[in-house]
Amino acid sequence: MTQSTLTHLQRLEAEAIHIMREVVAQAQNPVMLYSVGKDSACMLHVAKKAFYPSPPPFPLLHVDTTWKFKAMYAMREAAARKAGMQLIVHQNPEALRQGINPFDHGGLHTDMWKTEGLKQALDLHGFDAAFGGARRDEEKSRAKERIFSFRTASHRWDPKNQRPELWRNYNAHKAKGESMRVFPLSNWTELDIWQYIHLENIDIVPLYYAAPRPTVERDGMLLMVDDDRFPLREGEEPVMRSVRFRTLGCYPLTGAVESVAKTLPEIIQEMLLTTTSERQGRAIDHDQAASMEKKKQEGYF
Amino acid sequence: MSEIYKTDALIAEDIDKYLEIHQHKTMLRFITCGSVDDGKSTLIGRLLYDSKMIFEDQLATLEADSKRVGTQGEGIDFALLVDGLAAEREQGITIDVAYRFFATEKRKFIVADTPGHEQYTRNMVTGASTADLAVILIDARKGVLTQTRRHSYLAHLIGIRNIVLAVNKMDLIGYDRAKYDSIVADYRAFAQSIGITDFTAIPISGLAGDNITTRSENTPWHDGPVLLEHLETVELNQAVEQDKPFRMAVQWVNRPNLDFRGFSGTIASGTVKVGDGVRVLPSGKTSSIARIVTMDGDLAQAVAGQAVTLCLADEIDCSRGQILCAAQNPVEVADQFEATIVWMDEVEMTPGRAYWLKLGPQTVSATIAQPKYQVNVNTMEHLAAKTLDLNAIGVANVTVDRDIPFVPYIDSQDLGGFILIDKMTNRTVAAGLIHFALRRAQNIHRQAMDISRDHHANLKNQKPMVLWMTGLSGSGKSTIANLVEKKLARMNRHTFLLDGDNVRHGLNKDLGFTDADRVENIRRVGEVARLMTDAGLIVITAFISPFRSERDMVRGMMQPGEFIEVFIDTPLEEAEKRDVKGLYAKARAGQLKNFTGIDSPYEAPEAPQIRIDTTKMSAEEAADLIVSKLIP
Repeated sequence: MTQSTLTHLQRLEAEAIHIMREVVAQAQNPVMLYSVGKDSACMLHVAKKAFYPSPPPFPLLHVDTTWKFKAMYAMREAAARKAGMQLIVHQNPEALRQGINPFDHGGLHTDMWKTEGLKQALDLHGFDAAFGGARRDEEKSRAKERIFSFRTASHRWDPKNQRPELWRNYNAHKAKGESMRVFPLSNWTELDIWQYIHLENIDIVPLYYAAPRPTVERDGMLLMVDDDRFPLREGEEPVMRSVRFRTLGCYPLTGAVESVAKTLPEIIQEMLLTTTSERQGRAIDHDQAASMEKKKQEGYF
Repeated sequence: MSEIYKTDALIAEDIDKYLEIHQHKTMLRFITCGSVDDGKSTLIGRLLYDSKMIFEDQLATLEADSKRVGTQGEGIDFALLVDGLAAEREQGITIDVAYRFFATEKRKFIVADTPGHEQYTRNMVTGASTADLAVILIDARKGVLTQTRRHSYLAHLIGIRNIVLAVNKMDLIGYDRAKYDSIVADYRAFAQSIGITDFTAIPISGLAGDNITTRSENTPWHDGPVLLEHLETVELNQAVEQDKPFRMAVQWVNRPNLDFRGFSGTIASGTVKVGDGVRVLPSGKTSSIARIVTMDGDLAQAVAGQAVTLCLADEIDCSRGQILCAAQNPVEVADQFEATIVWMDEVEMTPGRAYWLKLGPQTVSATIAQPKYQVNVNTMEHLAAKTLDLNAIGVANVTVDRDIPFVPYIDSQDLGGFILIDKMTNRTVAAGLIHFALRRAQNIHRQAMDISRDHHANLKNQKPMVLWMTGLSGSGKSTIANLVEKKLARMNRHTFLLDGDNVRHGLNKDLGFTDADRVENIRRVGEVARLMTDAGLIVITAFISPFRSERDMVRGMMQPGEFIEVFIDTPLEEAEKRDVKGLYAKARAGQLKNFTGIDSPYEAPEAPQIRIDTTKMSAEEAADLIVSKLIP
């Protein structure tokens, strides 16, 4: 018999497909969280493969903060349309009313727009399983989270009371009101993601490629002045710099890196030779040592 | 920095070439087993560090943490890299399974880091279940310990064929060859006794870096591989799985339109090609593979580990949970097995209780018999056991409520490994490894009777049923049951009354009042009641039957509609006040243990067909009400 050894990417892809099919078979009303970033792009691509020739049998949900990069909004509808999927956009009406923003409200911005917004959207539509693109290599508390991660009716995660998860046998049983967060890309690393995007020719937001962009340097981060809501401090003047982003979130919270990498191989090359980790570009993790674990317990993805 | 990782030059000079190499990497998943002091976290931390998986900002955090809570003075405490959750960092121990990632030129690695203490057996089993290889760490100063034996037993039990014995802290014994040889010899003797035929021993120091990525000058006598070299070259399980017969459990039926019907799943073993004959189990129908569909185009063949969608040449029934297998080499089908059970929940196993059993995509109802024995995971001794509690491992017979296709665990983790799910809490309470089907299930076919149950019922001119009265002790079950039977007898109905106390004098006199015995009591009564309904009788039972899951189990034994649950609803205070048999008084005085309502729970029916409130009506009125509902 001819042997064909699967590469690590083939195995990771097969694992993610298996997980997605398991959710669709076991959950009543699944949804895929779609943040428009590179991990979401990979996850969406795998979803198309998992159910081909059917379109993925669930909608996409974007929990919007109104503060994402313009280029991300431009990409969002097109990606859903191409996949033949419904796109649901949710903005926390309370955050909208209060005008919550990252410049004036610090941690409250993430809490209200993202954590609360996500819980609202899940409750509103009665979703009982939500796919997320989080990876275990991103952060220490993620390294311990199950692929099928159980949430109480109030969306809380209890890290000390997780269900054992054996083989590829996933238990999605739950009571009414409870839900699952499911992470099909748990075992992928940043390098795997880039490599997969490269191999599979996946469309990503152009912000990941270097280009001259208006930026200011603030608190050790390079921030892009994406629109005129950016309040310039005294003496600050946007400077055109050749930059790209390793990770995309709300533009005032996402640090750019100076770079000239205009192709995927060049990005991967820079990444491999670089010496800072991916989440460094995000303000959200630096609050305190165990900040992500705390946010996750409260219901953040 | 070791040569193995040194790829910077290639990355800088020819990134396309590098990517080409990288995309052909394979993947190895392994688990590290050792206790807190064996240096496990330090070893993993070093592997990550040496493979440049730690970036500068993480290193800065690590250095700060090392000074604050580390155990290495001013040096870097690699262990802090791996101990993730805040609570664990405070306690200085790892309490769950954490997954770490690193890569070399040849392979991507996923490390499952699990705690070593006996109370974390379930975590180790979880981590081991996805591993191709296990690294068993030994502290060279201590040699083979109880925990070494336990870790090896568990790794072997879960089916890991590649075992690495890493004798750590060699620096602390002055790289003494004789000591090392004697440890390896001790281990070999033990390993053979539990069936581990082969392992690779390596003398290392996680702290000093000996024989991790490069050959150490301190151990010139070591002629085996260094750790990383071994991890990079050891044969993967993939190859072995591909040589086995083709099996794929159907996860999801893909039907985008009337013209397409595909069966989606992950191939558990073997290889499948277009045109191959396949058999669907348990239905036994056969067909052949028409297409292997993927979004990247149809494939001519697919192998174990791939997630595909198969189209068959014939329109045959097949749904989630069924198994497609090589037509000439089908899997077995049975409803009773012997299995190893690893109990993983704080609430102990209840023999006889119905749990969900999930085997691949199949979910069925299952009961576990009293264990044949429990294994002492430290000494491998077999102990007598009535149940299994958290982290206990035992062997027991498992009965499922229908025939299911399976493969013994030793041949397939996917189709021979199951989880048990508590029907009330939905928690994963156990892992099971199927040994073999019990011969009684294979060979004892139900005798087809010429005189059918319908015939029995027609002769008696009645519809057989079970009137199941449940309620607290002293609620009035027996009194009402007796009246109901008298009234039915007057109407020329053929009845039989099974009373709790009476059955315990005979059929069930070997049973006590523990949860497990109560469950078995009800199971036997259920079986007897079922036989009686086959004989056409109206069966009336009067048992406390406190647990919802056992009443549901009995309901499942009966034909649809033949189980009538009657809740004799008497509040505890009222029943205790009546205390006809003086039992409550004894229970309150501590002379009776496990008494329902006092120190053992009563789970009231959620939706009984008939509810009798004894505070509002007499026993006569209750009996009339019941009879009127049965015979309108």
